[in-house]
Amino acid sequence: MMNTNRRGMAGTRYFAATLRVIALVMLALAGVSGCGSSSNTSGGDAKSVTLLNVSYDPTRELYRDVNERFSADWKAKTGQQVTIKQSHAGSGSQARAVIDGLQADVVTLALAYDVDSIQRTGKRLGANWQTRYPDNSAPYTSTIVFLVRKGNPKQIRDWSDLVKPGVAIVTPNPKTSGGARWNYLAAWGYELHRVLGPDWKKKLDDPAAADEVGRAQASAEKFVGELYARVPVLDSGARGATNTFVQREIGDVLLAWENEALLAIRAMEPGKVELIVPTISILAEPPVAVVDTVVDRRGTRQVAEGYLSYLYTPDGQEIAARHFFRPRNPEVLAQHRDQFQQLEEFGIDEVFGGWQRAYATHFADGALFDRLYAAVKR
Amino acid sequence: MAGGPSGVVLAELASRPGRDTAVATLIKLTFIGISLLFLMALLFAPLITVFAAALDKGLAMYFASFKDEDTLAAIRLTLITAVIVVPVNVIFGITAAWSIAKFEFKGKSFLITLIDLPIAVSPVISGLIYVLLFGAQGWFGAWLQERDISIVFAMPGIVLATMFVTFPYVARELIPLMQQLGNDEEEAAITLGAGGLMTFFHVTLPKVRWGLLYGVILCNARAMGEFGAVSVVSGHIRGLTTTMPLQVEILYNEYNFVGAFAVASLLTLLAVVTLIVKSLVEWRADYKKR
Repeated sequence: MMNTNRRGMAGTRYFAATLRVIALVMLALAGVSGCGSSSNTSGGDAKSVTLLNVSYDPTRELYRDVNERFSADWKAKTGQQVTIKQSHAGSGSQARAVIDGLQADVVTLALAYDVDSIQRTGKRLGANWQTRYPDNSAPYTSTIVFLVRKGNPKQIRDWSDLVKPGVAIVTPNPKTSGGARWNYLAAWGYELHRVLGPDWKKKLDDPAAADEVGRAQASAEKFVGELYARVPVLDSGARGATNTFVQREIGDVLLAWENEALLAIRAMEPGKVELIVPTISILAEPPVAVVDTVVDRRGTRQVAEGYLSYLYTPDGQEIAARHFFRPRNPEVLAQHRDQFQQLEEFGIDEVFGGWQRAYATHFADGALFDRLYAAVKR
Repeated sequence: MAGGPSGVVLAELASRPGRDTAVATLIKLTFIGISLLFLMALLFAPLITVFAAALDKGLAMYFASFKDEDTLAAIRLTLITAVIVVPVNVIFGITAAWSIAKFEFKGKSFLITLIDLPIAVSPVISGLIYVLLFGAQGWFGAWLQERDISIVFAMPGIVLATMFVTFPYVARELIPLMQQLGNDEEEAAITLGAGGLMTFFHVTLPKVRWGLLYGVILCNARAMGEFGAVSVVSGHIRGLTTTMPLQVEILYNEYNFVGAFAVASLLTLLAVVTLIVKSLVEWRADYKKR
């Protein structure tokens, strides 16, 4: 009895000591963390200001550079210290977060559809957002290209080679990934162009050519269906698909943003993968916009607008080009011609009647992609 | 029923328990071997991979990963979250376990079900409920916005989501323990004139202390490691609202594999320490029972 009692008391003392140690450690941690964290959620005073740029996945490296240069530039011009915070995730989920209240001063997303939904559902910016900056508010563009294994063993040169026997294609899921929607529409546009010929854009708008266009659309549906039948892994985002292809070495060809493809080639051991630019592809215009409700409340409109304008300056265009986005400025583009091969590009408005229509026809629940993919899986 | 030679062997073994035969030893070794192989493949191999990848470019690169400001901010945010969440959940867990184990009241089983809810619900949903409540389109969204209060996509949201996900751990550890230990000592204490609080601090708490410590450890481990719920409410603002698990994902996606696995190695170390402390606690508890 005595014995167990003493042991019990020793246990209590041991336990109390343990608790004390835990408490001390926690206090120390709280102290350390308390010193370092200076929370700043409001816009700031005249001397310093913070901006939040809510962007999509592949622009991490681009905006890290832009932020640094813009900060220096803005400080020299106005004397104001600006700190830009970055947030990156899939374009669609970022739009959703801004609608749900993520306090973005500016959004720089993958497609106009996502900024449109912020406008329609969230009412956070004016309906005319896309005309506020030049070139549809897209300071840089990209296109959809192919990455293949070293030496191009499957001899993939253009879209038609993708559906050759034995070719496995990696592309993300168009239901969740902005980049994947561009991939899908690029393939669709290629087939329309192949069937309709050089004056295809005119025919698409011409009621007299309705029959021919109908046949072309059916052919495009078949082509895209065959393409998705060769996709072994449907990742949820562009960066995930790149990792699947490059790191996990799945598939023979990756459909990717040109900027992602060039970045992957530079980031990886040289010679592992090769870039193939098809003869024709889609013109991807990632738009930028100031979020009116946020900048007006935080008093950051001036610096936010300055930030987006900076993207259009020769300096901003040069940074974009260095991060593999095609600059709008023709002189800067010309300087980087060896990096950006020439190809025929088509816009989403002229071929698909804009994002709203393209989304409703192809990507909405129960629309074309769902039907194609259900057929593929069977 | 079970025919064949194995049935015969088993029946024969069962008929003379306690005696080791060559067959019994063989079966024992096979089972131990299978379990060990399984553990190796599922636990140790990934563990080693984490450290191998973190140290891939040498120790200097490994430690350089922790000089990155965003990574430091992520570690800081994770620690602050744990420092807030764990004590709150300890208090909640003790009160909930106390009331459930020691008292009879209507709706008790409903309360137990509620405590289990976060374990049954997917972490993504645990995050989404806060977006639906406090997001700009949510129930309290407009009210909060007028007052310039941010909950989701800021630290309060991360703390709330983590709290929700981790609140069962302490309570679930204590309830069965308190029920099993019974009320005899408490009744004796009250008969001898002790008040409620005195009974609690001098009788109940010492009885369940090891279970409590175990619950705290689990709660802390989950609080630091939670990904899904936090990912939904975080907003992914670098250096501001990313926790360690989110930072691992960010670094990995930026092709910074050393950085990603360096942060992952910290989380892994936390898991290893948790396991060691857990074993110590269980060993202490066993020792006490004997």
